[in-house]
Amino acid sequence: MPNILMPALSPTMEEGKLAKWLVKVGDTVSPGDVLAEIETDKATMEVESVDSGTVTKILVEAGTEGVKVNTPIALVLAEGEQESEAAPKAEAAPAESEKPGPDAAAAETSMPTVNETKAPAAPRLEAAADPDLPEGVEMVEMTVRQALNEAMAEELRRDETVFVMGEEVAEYQGAYKITQGLLQEFGAKRIIDTPITEHGFAGIGVGAAFAGLRPIVEFMTWNFAMQAIDQIINSAAKQLYMSGGQVTAPIVFRGPNGAAARVAAQHSQDFSAWYSHVPGLYVIAPYSAADAKGLLKAAIRSNTPVVFLENEILYGSTGLVPKVDDYVLPIGKARIARKGKDVTIVSFSMGMRYATQATEKLVAQGVDVELIDLRTLRPMDIDTVIESVKKTGRCVTVEEGWPQGGIGAEIAAQLMEKAFDYLDAPVTRVTGKDVPMPYAANLEKLALPNVDEVIAAVNAVTYRS
Amino acid sequence: MARKAAAAKVASSAQSNVPDFTKDEELRAYRDMLLIRRFEEKAGQMYGMGLIGGFCHLYIGQEAVVTGINMASQEGDASITGYRDHGHMLVIGMEPKGVMAELTGRGGGLSKGKGGSMHMFSNEHRFYGGNGIVGAQVSLGTGLAFAAKYRGENTVSLTYFGDGAANQGQVYESFNMAKLWNLPVVYIIENNRYAMGTSVERASAQTDFSRRGIGFGIEGEQVDGMDVRLVRDAAARAIEHARSGKGPYILEMMTYRYRGHSMSDPAKYRSKDEVSTMRAERDPIEQSKKRILDRGYGSEESLKLIETEIRAIVTEAADFATSDPEPDVSELWTDVYAEA
Repeated sequence: MPNILMPALSPTMEEGKLAKWLVKVGDTVSPGDVLAEIETDKATMEVESVDSGTVTKILVEAGTEGVKVNTPIALVLAEGEQESEAAPKAEAAPAESEKPGPDAAAAETSMPTVNETKAPAAPRLEAAADPDLPEGVEMVEMTVRQALNEAMAEELRRDETVFVMGEEVAEYQGAYKITQGLLQEFGAKRIIDTPITEHGFAGIGVGAAFAGLRPIVEFMTWNFAMQAIDQIINSAAKQLYMSGGQVTAPIVFRGPNGAAARVAAQHSQDFSAWYSHVPGLYVIAPYSAADAKGLLKAAIRSNTPVVFLENEILYGSTGLVPKVDDYVLPIGKARIARKGKDVTIVSFSMGMRYATQATEKLVAQGVDVELIDLRTLRPMDIDTVIESVKKTGRCVTVEEGWPQGGIGAEIAAQLMEKAFDYLDAPVTRVTGKDVPMPYAANLEKLALPNVDEVIAAVNAVTYRS
Repeated sequence: MARKAAAAKVASSAQSNVPDFTKDEELRAYRDMLLIRRFEEKAGQMYGMGLIGGFCHLYIGQEAVVTGINMASQEGDASITGYRDHGHMLVIGMEPKGVMAELTGRGGGLSKGKGGSMHMFSNEHRFYGGNGIVGAQVSLGTGLAFAAKYRGENTVSLTYFGDGAANQGQVYESFNMAKLWNLPVVYIIENNRYAMGTSVERASAQTDFSRRGIGFGIEGEQVDGMDVRLVRDAAARAIEHARSGKGPYILEMMTYRYRGHSMSDPAKYRSKDEVSTMRAERDPIEQSKKRILDRGYGSEESLKLIETEIRAIVTEAADFATSDPEPDVSELWTDVYAEA
């Protein structure tokens, strides 16, 4: 390494000033010795020797401005090394390596081989269909709360590495009673009350997942998970990618999401769009009791971190859940709740309640609605939506979240890109209003979407109004 | 001035009963520290040539910390740190070639070139990063300890962070739960005196970080982090404490980085004199070298052989890291979702 090159202080630096030499020709230098100081408008840096040798030539005088990065600035020869050996290297590659290619290119660009290749196409995620149920299977009526509780209990029985942690999950039996009875069956080792420290216990959960456990981290509500969002996104979601596929984070973050009733702005927010934005996460937002059970079981078994968005108002609603030994549903598959040919309504979670009620009224008026429950928001089953819109030519989306950058906005964009020629009307969104949630009963009601708004939107896209 | 006095106090109080190394221990420590030093010097040089992009935080000056801790740890112990992570990987035996190729963003890097300087991991060596968010590793490391206890494993989580991270809120959330549940974690605070350019005195109401666990009942001690023998000795105590079920322990390592925070560092927040004094008087590698020579554990010639061997490793790593191709473009889409 006889040539000392003008170093870059940052990837964007192209040139700098050689401020000062701290050695002169004839000096012997060792690794770590400061040879020179360079300056840019942002910073000063000392150039250190990496090898031992003798300073044989100073190629750029002190005080020179505008010295380009990677220009040889001095010649340092090791014991017994000849200048002639070194000379060719001065013009060629900057690294000790004599191999041409990336390093030579790097000298020019400061980044190895700027890639002009176009990005390859994204792989398609094919979700399986729901499992076939045995003929005559018994359907059991239960609440969403019971369904979620059963899902966790079954998975806790099945796999010792599964545990539940969160605020009030154990002795209090869950702030919303989702973990009721789990402490009694599984004990304090596996059902763990935490202090009120979302950031900390989310991180502890992710660390435990790195080490091979399968934590279910309950947030009392998703509003409080804002304290922990760094651990969910930066630590959990990105881990597999950053580690080149080595380290997984098999963890479920779950709790009630969206507006409850009269709890005002800080406790009424729909985070569906936030988390659905993030690659590396699965985001699930079930509506029915059966989906709550089958998808939570799938989430707990998943090696990908899952954000599982429940809804407090739906906890008490009932539905039929098939009584089979192991009811596990595919993540990433929408459910067609009603088949129809006139208009497609797409929704999920609490939005499905408005959409379902609107559908009943519309069908009574003779509108043949196709109703799709997304169930999973990431990966989103847009194929099912597209197939439906090819048939109906019209689409209305329903969600509680804010409009800008919302789930409806995403569906509208994808339909524009992938089904434009099939659309007979603009895709229309029914969303929460673009305001923080008000407390007053009348205002809160106005801020949320409602059945009439869904009907009005359907009337608009079917040109019935 | 208070800082200098404190450092001097640590140094002098330590002198009285410095635990000695055997010949083998001293030579191992010297070699491990020298590998980190030479690797980092090379990385700095390659960064200057534009071969390494983005951020690059060098560990030069702090080598005794990970070296001493590693000497006291056992196979199976997990470790995790922030973004100044190259030394932590080298000392536990992760491949220098793989680390360097990750720095250059090549397909043969430890994370296939998708992580970079701040994001490398190894399930095999139980190294969990390589974390770019200051303080996040403290909760994560506490989680590694949680898993060890949950499984009934006799392993310890070695959770490293700096004086800057020590002021993050989640550190104290984690301290609380670690003590509450008596998790086997050793918190190693590498106090190199500056969080980027902000000195400890300008950022911390309590500058003695070994006392930061007192409110939770977590014991701690300050250690001269420039003397690898003292690091190893303190680490042995702390790790034994954690492994025996007594819960977390804090080691504040009084150390120093010679280079800037990252490669683009204005170097305006401390004096050159301060840096050169530390280098001249406290350098961990020079201390070890002097002991080797004084005690006849080696000669100038035998040390030169070690130097040559390490230089070959670093050169091989650099050659690999500059000749290995970038990751295949198909890697853009892989490793987003886990299988199953």
